Amino acid sequence: MTPLAGCLLVSALLFSVGLAGALTRRSAILVLAGIELMLNAANLNFISFWRFGPHPEAFTGLIFVIFSIAVAAAEAAVGLAIILAVYRHARTSDVSEITEMKG
Amino acid sequence: MTMRRLVHCALALTVAFAGLAGLYLNLDAEFAGLAQLLVYVGAIAILIVFAILLTRGGEGEPEGSFSPGGIIGALLALAVFAVLAWAVERSSVTHLALATAAPQTTMRSIGLRLMQHYILPLEVIALMLTAAMIGAVILAVREKSSPRPAQPARTPEGRNSELHAG
Repeated sequence: MTPLAGCLLVSALLFSVGLAGALTRRSAILVLAGIELMLNAANLNFISFWRFGPHPEAFTGLIFVIFSIAVAAAEAAVGLAIILAVYRHARTSDVSEITEMKG
Repeated sequence: MTMRRLVHCALALTVAFAGLAGLYLNLDAEFAGLAQLLVYVGAIAILIVFAILLTRGGEGEPEGSFSPGGIIGALLALAVFAVLAWAVERSSVTHLALATAAPQTTMRSIGLRLMQHYILPLEVIALMLTAAMIGAVILAVREKSSPRPAQPARTPEGRNSELHAG
């Protein structure tokens, strides 16, 4: 197995674990954590294709990963703030109990 | 992701992020690895732990912490992994001779590249981070004026944890 295939397999595993977490857990915080894991899997794909690709001197994947990390940080901050606001409103962070959006 | 207690899940997530940072460093992407270490292990993990503490998820998860249709979700994730692994194995791209030499990535070249070619995305991302931080603070503080004196200690910690991510 080439190193690229190994990295891609690790990334696929990360993505699947994140997807399973986002789909199966009831806590909204862990759903967000699963989404973060999926984003990280995409980042790992970018890095490995950049490293083993034909033009590693162009830094494209690396710079994309840097931007992606920034976007993920913003997303996590806003997502957790929303979870806090919903918790304050509905007194729970269980996604299967938050069934109405009426304020 | 299968642990019952939320705090254990958060700590395992931190370990996963740190391992991923090590993988980046191993792949000659020092800058991305260090950024991963700072942003994920340093900020997002703390943010998640803060959120768990603020939503009182740490105190004993009741049984049934998985959603009702959880088994379908798990099977779906397993199917996704199977398809991805099959595609990786079958793909011709992954079996090329790709043992290229390590690319020269100095901080200087990354900075030059960011400031010359990618200056517009950099500005956009800076604006977006600022907007996200302001939005998060507004979301976390909004209920302060409402007549609910039960939790006066919520808002300063929420704001504090947002500053970690910014």
